[in-house]
Amino acid sequence: MDSLSFNINGGYLEGIVRGFKSGILKRTDYLNLVQCETLDDLKLHLQSTDYGNFLANEPSPLSVSVIDDKLREKLVSEFEYLRNHSVEPLSTFLDYIRYSYMIDNIVLLITGTLHQRHISELIPKCHPLGSFEQMEAIHVASTPAELYNAVLVDTPLAPYFIDCISEHDLDEMNIEIIRNTLYKAYLEDFHSFCKNIGGTTAEAMCEILAFEADRRAFIITINSFGTELSKDDRAKLYPRCGKLFPDGLSQLARADEYEQVRQVAENYGGYRTLFEGAGTNPGDKTLEDKFFEHEVKLNVNAFMQQFHFGVFYAYIKLKEQECRNIVWISECVAQRHRAKIDSYIPIF
Amino acid sequence: MAIALSVCGAAWGIFTTGTSILGGGVKVPRIKTKNLISIILCEAVAIYGIIIAIVLGNLLEDFDFYNASWEVTAANYYGGYSMFGAGLTVGFSNLFCGIAVGIVGSGAALADAQNPTLFVKILIAEIFASAVGLFGVIVAIILVTKVKMGKSASI
Repeated sequence: MDSLSFNINGGYLEGIVRGFKSGILKRTDYLNLVQCETLDDLKLHLQSTDYGNFLANEPSPLSVSVIDDKLREKLVSEFEYLRNHSVEPLSTFLDYIRYSYMIDNIVLLITGTLHQRHISELIPKCHPLGSFEQMEAIHVASTPAELYNAVLVDTPLAPYFIDCISEHDLDEMNIEIIRNTLYKAYLEDFHSFCKNIGGTTAEAMCEILAFEADRRAFIITINSFGTELSKDDRAKLYPRCGKLFPDGLSQLARADEYEQVRQVAENYGGYRTLFEGAGTNPGDKTLEDKFFEHEVKLNVNAFMQQFHFGVFYAYIKLKEQECRNIVWISECVAQRHRAKIDSYIPIF
Repeated sequence: MAIALSVCGAAWGIFTTGTSILGGGVKVPRIKTKNLISIILCEAVAIYGIIIAIVLGNLLEDFDFYNASWEVTAANYYGGYSMFGAGLTVGFSNLFCGIAVGIVGSGAALADAQNPTLFVKILIAEIFASAVGLFGVIVAIILVTKVKMGKSASI
């Protein structure tokens, strides 16, 4: 009976998140933005939306990376507000959202360290939502195994390392494989956490996470064609919490080319439509775009129900998508290459 | 029981609605005053409880158990059970009514924040929820009108 007691701890924050959600840019806002000729125009239009004067203190000329940073800062401040006001189990839930950014940051730092870049260059590139205390210490370690023993064992991500990577593997494995293995462990953990919470949260979140798992399985498969990743290794990277488990995943593991992947998707109603329209011709949307669209649709659906945690996750993801959209439009405006300016993904 | 449970229901409803109004009001301050109607509907639930409690209290009367005739005893027993039933009826129906009004009220606050035209429509649903509590009070009043207690009671 979620609705009975949810509001004790979550009612205020849910009201705030829904308030934030009403500030997400609508189609009319995007139509205004694509009409801009320069980045200063863009800034002017953004002032009339929920973003307000977030670019006010930046010296002109603006650059796209500055816009990107500021957008991200706004998202981070909203997230911090929510996180600081939350109690269990919402605070654990919000922490889980953070872990995915932490994984990206760790992989970034490991790559940077292995290529002998100095730590102070790498830290600004990290996503602020994924920062954790031991970030500075990463450059001390020179091999991944040392890294694990010294630094990562204290972070909340330690269990993901233990589950799937032994010390020996860390040295040998390619960084992308480390990233995917970590992400798989994280996704399965998040999925079982949501299931434990039960109720409407489980319903809403498990739907979204299952799609995320399946999407990663498809992308890993397609990207691994033509690389030296063996089929067994590939199968180990698939997260098991999606709809494709177990049949679809075993079929994907055996696939050798795009057509076979498509065949696998044919068996699952929701995914067949995603593959149908996609292609590499100039007029089509790419498969990635279709996946993003579907994700946006699922996230918007999370707002249809009240009294669950899915709204927080959905809001963060939609805001991220909005950041991507604005950055895409700004790039097109800045480079004066307006051909594909309409390829953003409208949210509401 | 009547007043205890009704007040529980009203309180439950008020906190459910109240937190949503607080949260929604941060971004959209205009919803504050209109949504107080939901809170008032919840409060009405508590008032029903207190009305019944006062009515029941006034019906209590002394009677002499050992010297009374069979009819008087029977009438008093009937009165006692009747009052207990009425109290429970009102108590539970107000408890659930309060919870229901609270949940609908919280939905109304959040919907109003997104789209002002929705408020009146959801208010209609809330009024039906409130009617549930009213039914409980009506049934309780019917039950207690037949109660006669005291020395001169008779069925």
